[in-house]
Amino acid sequence: MKRAELVPLGLLAAAMIAGGMLSPHFWDLRYLLDSTSLHVETGLLVIGMTFVIALGQIDLSAASNLALVSCATAKLLQMGVHPAVGICIGIGLGTMLGIVNGLLVAYANLPSFLVTLGTLALYRGIAQALMGAASVKFPESLCGIDRWYLPGGIVPVPFAVFVVLAAAFGVALAKTTFGRRVIAIGANSTASEYSAIKVNRIVLSVFALSGLMAGIAGVMMDSRLGVARYDHARGLELEVITATVLGGTSIYGGKATMTGSFLALLLMAAVHVSLGLANVKTEIQLTIIGAVLVLTLAIGGVFSGAKAGGLAGRAE
Amino acid sequence: MGVKLSFVVGPAAVRSGVWRPEVRSAVLILLVLAAGWLKDPRLLSPSSLNTVLLAVPLLLVVALGQMLVIVSRGIDVSVGSMVGLAGICLGLMFRSFPNLPMSLAAGAALGMGVVFGLINGLLVARLAVPPVVATLGTMSIFRGLTFIISRGQQIDSNDIPNALTAWSLQGPFKIGQLSVPWLLIIALAFFALVFVLAHRTVWGLRLFAIGSNSEAARLRAVPVFATVIGAYAICGALAGFAGLMYASKFGFVNPATAGLGLELMSIAAVVVGGCDIRGGAGTVIGAFLGCVFLSTVFVGLSVLHIEADWQQLVYGAVIIAALWLDALAAKWPRFRSASR
Repeated sequence: MKRAELVPLGLLAAAMIAGGMLSPHFWDLRYLLDSTSLHVETGLLVIGMTFVIALGQIDLSAASNLALVSCATAKLLQMGVHPAVGICIGIGLGTMLGIVNGLLVAYANLPSFLVTLGTLALYRGIAQALMGAASVKFPESLCGIDRWYLPGGIVPVPFAVFVVLAAAFGVALAKTTFGRRVIAIGANSTASEYSAIKVNRIVLSVFALSGLMAGIAGVMMDSRLGVARYDHARGLELEVITATVLGGTSIYGGKATMTGSFLALLLMAAVHVSLGLANVKTEIQLTIIGAVLVLTLAIGGVFSGAKAGGLAGRAE
Repeated sequence: MGVKLSFVVGPAAVRSGVWRPEVRSAVLILLVLAAGWLKDPRLLSPSSLNTVLLAVPLLLVVALGQMLVIVSRGIDVSVGSMVGLAGICLGLMFRSFPNLPMSLAAGAALGMGVVFGLINGLLVARLAVPPVVATLGTMSIFRGLTFIISRGQQIDSNDIPNALTAWSLQGPFKIGQLSVPWLLIIALAFFALVFVLAHRTVWGLRLFAIGSNSEAARLRAVPVFATVIGAYAICGALAGFAGLMYASKFGFVNPATAGLGLELMSIAAVVVGGCDIRGGAGTVIGAFLGCVFLSTVFVGLSVLHIEADWQQLVYGAVIIAALWLDALAAKWPRFRSASR
């Protein structure tokens, strides 16, 4: 196990012990597994974001993409499109939106944080223009994915989907040429260009992957909540980036482990569950997540010996 | 860096050209006004123009700070939360001390803002955290603190002193049926101040130099840390003051909504105003015109009864369109903005 993964693992253990002390109900396996369902959508975005940040880029639009997909899918199904077709269109739409980001970043050579800041507003704006303040119901038969279990009746389906995807993309990141190229570009994109890596194509596919994950997560959120609204998952990008960075992925790119991201996501879930059990308000939980992000990066900055006046520039 | 020097001396030295960012923004403003007027002449009625005059100041003050940060090759997405936090703190101060002099309130607003801004600046300039991630974190911290300090309660209009609301209701003079509110005068004073800071001081010169190439600037003995942290501190101070202006304009401060979305509006305004998103180039006048443009668009949209639901889409589209133009400009030098 890499050193970067020990940090989230240690914190996870601490959070589990603290959770157990906060409430006697915390240490209930079924309860813990059930509460993962609330965080699986975040987890799917974390898988995509791990690749994006490993590349030295950032995708701020992931949560807006998710919201637009969930609105569009719900609208399509409401119009009577066959569920399978509607869901495929939804996931395809998510991928397309990711590709739009990727094209602007890779081929128009624009900084990803600005492109995705623009599409953060744009995608959610489209969802809002599409839906207004109304909410659209998801077909009854497709609702409640969080109440479906694998045979055995303990492991909820969303968690299983997340584990399978995280494992698959973890292998892709660590063991395939594609993953190695992503890391290489993140470490030094000019050197990668000279090493005959098709940088633009990899950047494009990583943003497409981030969009694909947002698409799957969007459909999943529809099923879990039973309704789609344009303002669902607002601000989720903060949590996604926090989990990714906490998992040991370097914010400057070139270093990433999916195991770390996975553990960090479980950590965030455990923190939310124990804060929820301790009746801490959502807004205050938001502050805590923000503080965790800032502290992780600040500590990272101190330890990596940030250059004097270390203005390492933005994630570009 | 030398390329930029001719520009930094002052806007008068900017190479002339049709694609100068200021000209582009001015043309955009006129186009929007003309299109809106054709659709509905009420757009140019005194009442809607007065709305524009009241909409510009808040955005302008925030955008001025945002512009300085963007010139330094950074970005500050926490401005909206800083406006909210400062607004709530000021509101609570007014509740406890109803007779608080305005000068003290203004000082407190600027002071609080400086502290918030210094936190961002330290993270970015000393700890080398990428600006967008650092300020994304502080954005949620500041917003959460707003909830914690206010206990989720709104500051009501009877807690806001009349002397403060007068800033937006009264003004020194009128032009025909247009009333110029004090708020606008104050914002223009900040505009002049930031103009001088950016285009007429050594600090401004250094900021532009760092924005174009921070490594080269460092090698030339430019104090990178002090200069950049200054930009974030000023941005924070202006956002803090905008919290006071928010209370004046709306007459109440809600912890959930105060300042929400100002980060996107200010970035859009600065980018539309021709500021180079990669840092190192831009003009304060451009940022001003960008603010006027966005405010005109939104007042226009509401006059034309286009619902508020479309606002977010417009911010996003404006940012992406401006970025795209920028990318095109990089490909065809003929269209390149002169300030590069």
